[in-house]
Amino acid sequence: MSNPIKKTQLSNGLLVLLQEIHTAPLISNWVWYRVGSRNEVPGKTGISHWVEHMQFKGTPEFPASLLDKAISREGGVWNAFTFLDWTTFFETMPADKIDLALRLEADRMLHSSFEPGEVESERTVIISERQGGENEPLFLLGEQVQAAAFRVHPYHHQIIGDLADLQTIQREDLYNHYRTYYVPNNAVLAIAGDFEITAMLDRVHELFDPIPAASQPEQPVRLEPPQPGEHRLTVEGPGETTYVQAAYRAPAANDPDFFAYIVMDSLLTGPSNLNMFGSGISNKTSRLYQALVESELAVSVSGGLPATIDPSLHNIVITVHPQRAADEVILALDQEIRRLQEVPPTFGDLERAMKQASALFAYGSESITNQAFWMGYSEMFSTYDWFTSYLDNLDKVTPEDVQRVAQRYLRPQNRVLGIYIPQDSEKASA
Amino acid sequence: MNSASMSTRYSFPGPEDITRTQLPNGIVVLARPNFNSPSVVLNGYLSVGNLFDPDEKLGLAGFTASALMRGTARRSFQEIYEALESVGASLGFNGGTHTTGFGGRALAEDLDLLLAILDETLRQPAFPMEQVERLRAQILTGLAIRAQDTGEMASLAFDQVVYAGHPYSRPEDGYPETIQAITRADLEDFHRRYFGPHNMAIAIVGAVDPGLALEKVAEIFGEWENPQQPDAPTLPPVVPLNELVTEKVTIPGKFQADIVIGAAGPARQSPDYLAAALGNSVLGQFGMMGRIGDAVREKAGLAYYSYSSLGGGLGPGPWYISAGVDPANVERASSLIREEIRHFTEAPVSQEELSDSQANFIGRLPLSLESNGGVAAALINLERYQLGLDYYYRYEDLVRAVTPDEVLETARRYLDPDRLAISIAGP
Repeated sequence: MSNPIKKTQLSNGLLVLLQEIHTAPLISNWVWYRVGSRNEVPGKTGISHWVEHMQFKGTPEFPASLLDKAISREGGVWNAFTFLDWTTFFETMPADKIDLALRLEADRMLHSSFEPGEVESERTVIISERQGGENEPLFLLGEQVQAAAFRVHPYHHQIIGDLADLQTIQREDLYNHYRTYYVPNNAVLAIAGDFEITAMLDRVHELFDPIPAASQPEQPVRLEPPQPGEHRLTVEGPGETTYVQAAYRAPAANDPDFFAYIVMDSLLTGPSNLNMFGSGISNKTSRLYQALVESELAVSVSGGLPATIDPSLHNIVITVHPQRAADEVILALDQEIRRLQEVPPTFGDLERAMKQASALFAYGSESITNQAFWMGYSEMFSTYDWFTSYLDNLDKVTPEDVQRVAQRYLRPQNRVLGIYIPQDSEKASA
Repeated sequence: MNSASMSTRYSFPGPEDITRTQLPNGIVVLARPNFNSPSVVLNGYLSVGNLFDPDEKLGLAGFTASALMRGTARRSFQEIYEALESVGASLGFNGGTHTTGFGGRALAEDLDLLLAILDETLRQPAFPMEQVERLRAQILTGLAIRAQDTGEMASLAFDQVVYAGHPYSRPEDGYPETIQAITRADLEDFHRRYFGPHNMAIAIVGAVDPGLALEKVAEIFGEWENPQQPDAPTLPPVVPLNELVTEKVTIPGKFQADIVIGAAGPARQSPDYLAAALGNSVLGQFGMMGRIGDAVREKAGLAYYSYSSLGGGLGPGPWYISAGVDPANVERASSLIREEIRHFTEAPVSQEELSDSQANFIGRLPLSLESNGGVAAALINLERYQLGLDYYYRYEDLVRAVTPDEVLETARRYLDPDRLAISIAGP
């Protein structure tokens, strides 16, 4: 973290983070908006993700046909993601071509056209995206589990939205959503790479200062009330493979328990990969892999929790062994969790989790795109300090913290347990 | 912003900074330092793959590759992963058609550990019975999941049409019955016969001095010999299709269908590969997935994804277009795709389209070579396809030399809108 960093706010409220990294002739530019499925109401689910798609449909200055080619021609990559709490757009470009990306993002913060014909053709594209998801057993299961976990809070629905809403949302709805949330005082600009901060900041002022701020709607957060008891549900669908998903209500990113929870998850299901790009490491020595896969109750297990504004879900997903049943797997899962609740982990366990996290940090630091990603991402639910002090905070977690967090959160009353029951297996009909 | 300094401060991998040596037993070692990050990546391959699989034991090469990490003469499965995961390192094998690849990474301080485990798993795998059975169940579950995946099933059916009678028609992962037929003795035997240093390559990139990396590899692998190891098998020619062949796979209960349309394409070392790659970019890659993306996704709104893909590789990999569409739109999407193929093989791409893709190929090189993993993969590519250590220096000229006429000739050599495989998997 020895690179020069600048964090500042423009007069229109746009938060700007700049970091010089001179290891490759590249610059990565990210614009983040504080809007996602968390800001959606029934009838308009999926609207944030749809607006993200419309941002690729052009402005008067950069029509879609031109936009699309301009970045690629310069050897850049670009994409966008919509999540629970945020929507983000990025371009990673050869350093001498970054101005195009800056102009594009400034332009589409204000001038996207949302042409009616484009809205209609995108409707079927997004419905097709949803259908692709529905082909996957884990999407079908995850959708039901999430809906059961959140009755009140908008984390209830999938980011892609419900089909009913995808069929009825209109151009004006999309445009209003865009004009409400895609404003500088609701955005963060994060740029990392091969530039000089002074020159870059001047250019950012030139391009983004003229964009006016806009008042933000009151957003009362409908917090989820405590769960009165364990929810269990089943999803039936095609296939031969049984899946179990255990979703525990987990602390928000700014909760003091968050870091102990990360360590706990690392012990149970293996270290989480923090990076947007690049793979993590295997989890074969994690407690749940040992208890479930090595005992031949399951063929795989994975887990993790996202860093979010409000408490969201810690998911553990298990692919059941073809000769075993979901109930046996759940029994073994609970046994392993009880072990952690009864006996705190050793200092050795914690040191190991630390070394793993440090290694994953080092891998991520090879990519300028990852570095820029982290600057903006951490601002969505906390501040950039959250990221820079991440390893220090993990290091402060004690064995007792992990035990306490296991006792507090990993209770059946705090979870939704979903089982995907395949309809093609002999076991299912037996 | 700093264009003037780019050429002096950064350089692509080339003869000046790649260290390449061939050990007496045949192993090629490549290394390039990068001290910007404290990590190190290793990447490589051996000349053994699914081409050696008997039909009735299809999937043997992949099964063997996966089983290497399940225990060695010196370490159990637990000990292997305890050593790796404790330090945040990773190592894995992947059995392919021609070769078995391996890849791993670690903090530079743990490179010795990574190499020691690579050595043991490659040369002294124990194939413990219990672990073999555990792995078998995992592979069989993978195949059950594959049978439900519309994309995978469409591409499997596609290969069977395009490569009828050719080894490329066989899925690398095999079938449930062929995986069931494989015994522990088969794994041992396959390993003993086919694994060896001949035609093996290994690249090490990261925070380690290349001379030192090379010494370490020579010390560990320099003595390895396998007199039995055969040469890579030669491939029969692919018999071109003489009509449209449509194959449908029904997977009940699915919400979307996958379409794969195409034919066999050029090998990576074919002289027309770069023309094919640039043509493929215009057809279904550039920008939001080229002409195909524009026609199927942007204009018709039929699919979330539709793009073209060129396999390349050591043999004539496929050149195909794929799309995921509403089952009701399969016909419409297929004919749109065929129209695009017809247009692509009838008229040359415009100079502007070609220039766009050429600029993209050249411009994206720095990004692909940013990380240690990217550089290691690039070094392995140089070796696998004998491109020459100065390939990245020559790359811009090679890309710029391709003309619209060359793209058209190449397209016609491989794609004919009336002689294609069309495969569809869906409800």
